[in-house]
Amino acid sequence: MNIKKGRVHKYNRDNIDTDVIIPGPYLKIHEPKELASHAMEGIDPDFHNKVSPGDFLLCGSNFGCGSSREHAPIALSTLGIQAILAPSFARIFYRNAVDGGYLLPIEIERSTIDLIEDGNTIEIDLPNYKVLNLDKNETYGIKPLSDMIIKIVEAGGLLYYSDDAKGSTG
Amino acid sequence: MTITEKILARASGKNVISPDDVVFGNVDKVMMHDVSGPGVIKILNEWEKKGNRFDRVWDPDKVWISEDHFVPASDRISAENVSTLSRWAKKYAIRRHFKYGLGQYGICHTLSHEEGLVLPGQVYVGGDSHTNTTGAMGAFAAGLGHTDIAYVLMKGKIWFKVPHTLLFKLHGKKPDYISAKDVILHIIADIGIEGANYKCMQFTGDVVKEISMEERLTLTNMTTEAGAKSGIIEPDSTTYDYLSKRTTSNYSPIHGDENAEYLDVYEYEIDQLEPTVAKPYSPANIKTARELENIEIDKAYIGSCTGAKLEDLRMSAAILDGKKVRVRTEVLPAAQSIYLKALQEGLIDIFIKAGAVVGPPTCGACCGAHMGVLAKDEICISTTNRNFPGRMGHVDSKTYLASPLVVAASALKGRIIDPRDLEN
Ligand code: SF4
Repeated sequence: MNIKKGRVHKYNRDNIDTDVIIPGPYLKIHEPKELASHAMEGIDPDFHNKVSPGDFLLCGSNFGCGSSREHAPIALSTLGIQAILAPSFARIFYRNAVDGGYLLPIEIERSTIDLIEDGNTIEIDLPNYKVLNLDKNETYGIKPLSDMIIKIVEAGGLLYYSDDAKGSTG
Repeated sequence: MTITEKILARASGKNVISPDDVVFGNVDKVMMHDVSGPGVIKILNEWEKKGNRFDRVWDPDKVWISEDHFVPASDRISAENVSTLSRWAKKYAIRRHFKYGLGQYGICHTLSHEEGLVLPGQVYVGGDSHTNTTGAMGAFAAGLGHTDIAYVLMKGKIWFKVPHTLLFKLHGKKPDYISAKDVILHIIADIGIEGANYKCMQFTGDVVKEISMEERLTLTNMTTEAGAKSGIIEPDSTTYDYLSKRTTSNYSPIHGDENAEYLDVYEYEIDQLEPTVAKPYSPANIKTARELENIEIDKAYIGSCTGAKLEDLRMSAAILDGKKVRVRTEVLPAAQSIYLKALQEGLIDIFIKAGAVVGPPTCGACCGAHMGVLAKDEICISTTNRNFPGRMGHVDSKTYLASPLVVAASALKGRIIDPRDLEN
């Protein structure tokens, strides 16, 4: 996955759950564009108008908690969100984002949230585990992704990942 | 090794595994429903559009399908989804398809135990976050998204990062008017809704031994609310008795080692527990029912995989028997088989005479889908498991989570009440 620079949308709240990201009544919808038009409706009904392809989300901890709905990463990635930065993610959201090849969940230090402002332009340097804030000329650390996650991301999702004959450990 | 580590070791053909190892494990059972199923089918279709082939499911007998979230079809789109699912099930020869209006059907996490579909020692994955529920059978049970389920349908296996286990020891004797719901709400409040993220929550102790299978299922069901990957209880005679009434399939249970290592051990004395309610907007936001007794409610909801099993209905009926509800009260048994048992036991009679409405098994308003969702500013007390903003309807509605006993008692008063205070 190629991460380019993009603008940050900041929602500094912990536990942004899947009912907020894509409310229950839309679960029957499976058309990505339509889902995208309801993304984050529970927190900001105008969200879909604010996002441009390549943008980032910056949120509090436990992002994506709640249900297993893959509608959540689909809605966000269809709008163009390429990665989400948060101190932690709910496990199913994390898996869905990676295994579906939708977007990258990137774990950051909690203190980093305050250093990045809404609207800042950032760039992610994955190999060196860094976020560059181009507006403030600052860099912040990110938590390294596990080997398995990197391989799945590089394959473009779990369905395209084939080196699964034996599980790696670590 | 813990029971979870041993199950995952067996499933991945290893002798020893440790937390944080990443393994590919063989799957014994996989479930999808009318929300996740169409999502999975879409992914499989797209895979085929890219020139790949998906001719057959790896093992159609290990797959089962439920219709629960949007049945009876709430509108044309949900009707379409159910019909897509049916066509797919037929094409791929999935025999176990629990169809609305065709004999046994119900909420997926209820069918998994009610039908004896998941057995001790097995690896079970489902396209729903509360798949954890079925870990009470002594199985590894975890929720997955659409892509992961599609992968399982193709290959019969999936990757897991072996979770660390948190062990919860529940001591003492459960007092009257206290149910598993009160216990699990306390635990979630204690460790927080992120407290078990990526981890397994295992329950043990005198209280777990004493309570029934259905009460155990309430504990594991709500491990999801603490972010857990799975919840589990070691199988014992209660488990085997329960299963012997439901299945003739063979299974080989697994038990954790005496010297298994747990990331943390929590000890609880249940004797002193009070009837408990989780306030909006978090299952961790608990108070005692007595502390909330001035909260007036618009609706009482007795439904869902958490709170509409046969015993939940028995608890509610015991409170409502011969009395009248003061707010709108809905009872939706979690499966047809439970509905029938409730009918035969006279519970349905009690509900209807009390003034409640009894609806068909469905997730219904639990996820705000349909069947009695909440209006702006409405307040509901519910036997369900989540109370995020908008979970049961309008974002400005409020859901209080409680046991069937507290919910039924509150229905009688039109405000939150501790069932022990009802006589006064
Ligand atoms: S009843 Fe509620 S929690 Fe259970 S599966 Fe249905 S929507 Fe999910």
